[in-house]
Amino acid sequence: MAAYRYDYDVIAQWIAPGEKVLDLGCGDGSLLKHLIAVRQVQGYGVENDPDKLIACVKNGVNAIQVDMENGLSGFEDGFFDHVIMSLSLQAMHNTQGILAEMLRVGREAVVSFPNFGYWRHRQSILNGRMPVSESLPHQWFNTPNVRFFTIADFDALCELNGIAVRERLAFDEGKIVVEEPNFLASVAVYRLGRD
Amino acid sequence: MTEPQSVGIVTPQTAHFAEPLALRSGGTLADYDLVYETYGELNAARSNAVLVCHALSGSHHVAGVYADDTRNVGWWDNLIGPGKPLDTRKFFVIGVNNLGGCYGSTGPGSINPATGKPWGADFPFVTVEDWVDAQARLADRLGIARFAAIVGGSLGGMQALSWALQYPERVGHAAVIASAPKLTAQNIAFNEVARQAILTDPEFHGGHYYEHGVVPARGLKLARMIGHITYLSDDSMGEKFGRSLRHGKAVYSYDVEFEIESYLRYQGDKFAGYFDANTYLLTTKTLDYFDPAFEHGGNLNAALARASADFLVVSFTTDWRFSPARSHEIVYALLHNRRNVSYAEIDCPAGHDSFLLDDPQYHALLSAWFDRIEV
Repeated sequence: MAAYRYDYDVIAQWIAPGEKVLDLGCGDGSLLKHLIAVRQVQGYGVENDPDKLIACVKNGVNAIQVDMENGLSGFEDGFFDHVIMSLSLQAMHNTQGILAEMLRVGREAVVSFPNFGYWRHRQSILNGRMPVSESLPHQWFNTPNVRFFTIADFDALCELNGIAVRERLAFDEGKIVVEEPNFLASVAVYRLGRD
Repeated sequence: MTEPQSVGIVTPQTAHFAEPLALRSGGTLADYDLVYETYGELNAARSNAVLVCHALSGSHHVAGVYADDTRNVGWWDNLIGPGKPLDTRKFFVIGVNNLGGCYGSTGPGSINPATGKPWGADFPFVTVEDWVDAQARLADRLGIARFAAIVGGSLGGMQALSWALQYPERVGHAAVIASAPKLTAQNIAFNEVARQAILTDPEFHGGHYYEHGVVPARGLKLARMIGHITYLSDDSMGEKFGRSLRHGKAVYSYDVEFEIESYLRYQGDKFAGYFDANTYLLTTKTLDYFDPAFEHGGNLNAALARASADFLVVSFTTDWRFSPARSHEIVYALLHNRRNVSYAEIDCPAGHDSFLLDDPQYHALLSAWFDRIEV
């Protein structure tokens, strides 16, 4: 998913200098490294893949091994200014649980995900095949993704769970989409808070 | 990239300290020796020193071999050396035998100047904090104002943590591996059974067995056997020994029948042949007493507020004596204090002893961590 780094810039815009930031599914720590460089955050990553954890240590980024499916029980309520989950929510089984946990340990949550409702994905399904694209780069049989949802689906879930959508940006291959994002955007980035 | 190598032939050294050391137990050592080894070179800036703290039965002999005993390999030799995770081409590595030990540092077998006889049971209780104080004096002697890193597993991890609290300005990085912020009641219980085995051995003589020309070998053997069981995992024991019967069938005796019995007896005998019973007693109590949160009303967050080092905390999935949950306590207390900390839970089947093995994931992590340390 290295091609989708433009959500980093959006995320960075929402982070104030010196904030405490938790990045869930932090991978090799490159988002945190970016936020440390441009926003001087105090960042911690959460990662459960041992190789990625080692990559974080190599990158000089704090990384804590946690299986997020079990929640974030060790983290204190409201400790972080922002809790980020960049392009990982679709790989989580416990979707509602982790969203609740993000807003428990963080003042705000930032979530980005691939939009399954993107018109090219719809076209792919109409043509009888599961979509494979820059934002959904895996085949159906080897994808780490376990949840397939659209921007409209996510909006409905936030509504259902009393999560406030404070801001949303949608992109088509790096370009901002304003009209009809559920149809025209491949990736969405949300700033979420508690109602 | 060269192949990882041994540091080769090493020679222990002895540092004598004439300045009295006040101990937390109320006792004082008027003077004392510390035995230590070093590997690699201290750089001109004196900024590349790494202290390796030993666990319950460890010593200063961390890496390499002795010229007259090339089979006596340092207990963490797989970690330390040229091209190894703790690379001696970059770091100046120090191993030190703690006070109360039986490898040359002043301990129960040393002569008590007040009586002219071995200290035996009169040797004062020493705490992790006392050890750290003594190690700090050795660092002074070696001209090391600040360690690049302090590393330890198990009881050694407690020392690394304690260093970061007692001398925060002297510790750049701390690796706390397979350790805990204090023992659980279950852990203390295991230690107590081990101690009772020694204390009730008829050859113990109130700890003054040196004068009787005997050692409480049976008690020490039992102590080691129970300890050994707790350092392995059920799975690793099952895989190695299972229920294999030496005679192929039950013979209904108390002699060795199951292979695990044979193994434990062998390990126990071997240990009783070289380790000192008083040191075992003393060191298990050191483990039991360690609890930096105690003086903060049990609040570990408050206790760790003093630390300023960058931490690496490592646990092993199958370690039930120092379980991952115990490491979590340290991690989240450091996080509370906004310290730099990384934490890994290594999936290794070998139980508590995993920290001594060269599991690829574990060593790759340590390599990455040591590589990042600027000296």
